[in-house]
Amino acid sequence: MTAVPLTKRFEFLEHTADVYVVAHGKTLEEAFENAALATFEIMTDTAKVEPKVEDEIEVEGYDEQALLYNWLEMLIVKFEITENLYSRFKIFPIKKNLEGLNLKAKIWGETFNPNKHTQKAGVKAITYHQMEILKKPKDVTVKFILDI
Amino acid sequence: MTKGRTYGGHPRVLLEKIDKYSWRIPQKYKPGMRVPGLVLADEYLLEKMKTDRTLEQCANVAHLPGIYKHAITLPDGHEGYGFPIGGVAATDYEEGVISPGGVGYDINCGVRLLSTNLSEEDIHPYLAELTNTIFNNVPCGLGSRRKDFRLTIHELDRLSTEGVQWVIEQELGRPEDAKHCEENGCMKTANPDKVSTTAKNRGLSQCGTLGSGNHFLEIQKVEKIYDAKVAKVFGIDHEGQVTVMIHCGSRGFGHQICSDYLRVMERAVHKYKITLPDRELACAPGTSNEAQDYYQAMACAVNYAFSNRQVITHLVRQSFEQIFKKPADHFGLGLVYDVAHNIAKIEEHKISEKVTKVWIHRKGATRAFGPERKEVPSDYRAVGQPVIIPGSMGTSSWVMVGTSKAMDVSFGSTAHGAGRMMSRSAAKRRFWGGDIKKALEQRGIIVRSASAVILAEEADPAYKDVEKVVDVSDRVGIATKVARLVPLSVVKG
Repeated sequence: MTAVPLTKRFEFLEHTADVYVVAHGKTLEEAFENAALATFEIMTDTAKVEPKVEDEIEVEGYDEQALLYNWLEMLIVKFEITENLYSRFKIFPIKKNLEGLNLKAKIWGETFNPNKHTQKAGVKAITYHQMEILKKPKDVTVKFILDI
Repeated sequence: MTKGRTYGGHPRVLLEKIDKYSWRIPQKYKPGMRVPGLVLADEYLLEKMKTDRTLEQCANVAHLPGIYKHAITLPDGHEGYGFPIGGVAATDYEEGVISPGGVGYDINCGVRLLSTNLSEEDIHPYLAELTNTIFNNVPCGLGSRRKDFRLTIHELDRLSTEGVQWVIEQELGRPEDAKHCEENGCMKTANPDKVSTTAKNRGLSQCGTLGSGNHFLEIQKVEKIYDAKVAKVFGIDHEGQVTVMIHCGSRGFGHQICSDYLRVMERAVHKYKITLPDRELACAPGTSNEAQDYYQAMACAVNYAFSNRQVITHLVRQSFEQIFKKPADHFGLGLVYDVAHNIAKIEEHKISEKVTKVWIHRKGATRAFGPERKEVPSDYRAVGQPVIIPGSMGTSSWVMVGTSKAMDVSFGSTAHGAGRMMSRSAAKRRFWGGDIKKALEQRGIIVRSASAVILAEEADPAYKDVEKVVDVSDRVGIATKVARLVPLSVVKG
């Protein structure tokens, strides 16, 4: 798999009050990974966040939008509780179960250090506002707005 | 979620002019509207609203079951999630619904004002040092948390239940502070059993922190007094008088409570078969368990936010003591008032000549109760409640007073601030944090910020003119001008 250049992994579009994120991937998993990277890019310069600690995450969702919402919310919560910024994300193939969808992932990052890491905006929450998941063969785009 | 409307291609909303400052979105605009929309704005502000989905969202709010009179958009209205920001909706206590989206993620984001007996010239020589001290004492910016003041779950439960009074008992305030908060700094309906463990974990180390985004702390001076009689009642007695303004909310605790209950409400919408034009208006009948649980959890976040501003007040008073080496009460530093901008509550309003119990949703709106309402503190009751409107970074802020007119027009509410009009990314392209800081400093305003990026995103031209917002409120008469405040220094997340 060829690496997608960083600029193509996600982009930020115009929104009056908050941040409108568009993330891309060949698969849903990859698009979700890039959505996570974009979320941390709003908070800091992720290039300076080294993958020193590893965490595991598991979230459920009754549909893909709910899964995206819960995945990103879990990351925001992780940051607030552990103070870790994350810059690397590996989502294992998303599974269907009776409840809906199940996502397991490994994430890597390090403790936020104001002397090392650029401080940008805090992300309050992920929203369903204008959320879209567009799927074409080998081309998945997810769009969502983060409340800043 | 609204389908079939592309981002940027905003629908033309049907508008009827009522008078110079009021516009109606007629009920016939959308078939599901139960009441009309009422938009309070001048031509300039109305044009800004037309550039995003503000007016469409106002029409959507008018679909809520049990809504009374009209869905209101205030002069600072701009696009939000489901509900516009800068809006009010009242629904029947028994037949109506309650919606977390009508409060927002930052539950009880609000502002409080402290007055001092100092004048600009008294503070000027110490201003830089004082601002630095406050910046060091009040954690702000990305993921700001307290290392020294971390609550246990038990303490957090007490704080969520008892609000400002509990904080004062921890020796972080003066006994009289609580009565100068909306709700006396405590919504009694709070029940921490309705708050998730995740929300509590987010709340443990964030009480007494400013956060990021549009939140700020300013040392200001009174630039002009418009209503000397009312100003005096509020403790503002001369131009040049120094004040301190604190603008922040319930931090991760409140954000998580909102998020948790949006999920609950999504299920409730299906369960109670409520038809809505937008997923983010998700709501439940006021008498249902879902709504009652949300209301009790929301009250915890309301109390957390009042407490957060109370702890910061204590840190500000301490900072004055550190710099001036005298007790804080020597300089006054009493609380003028603390108002909520994002809140839902049960209130009584006169509707068609009948006193009616309603669920009031204020999202980006300030309560503006006029004289004689029992909710207004006794020492202000003869004139009406103080309404505190923060401007954007480096511009003016306002003290206004609530009116009887507001009780008739807007369920006792007015605007809450300037309201954004430029996206964060556009602001970052146009401005650079360092330049913004320099420009403010050239005007003699000291700026301390945890983030240069935030300075660019929060640059003043990214916001609507707060003066115009305040003018419309004053002319409509839903809150009238008392005093204009300008910053001497700014502490920013």
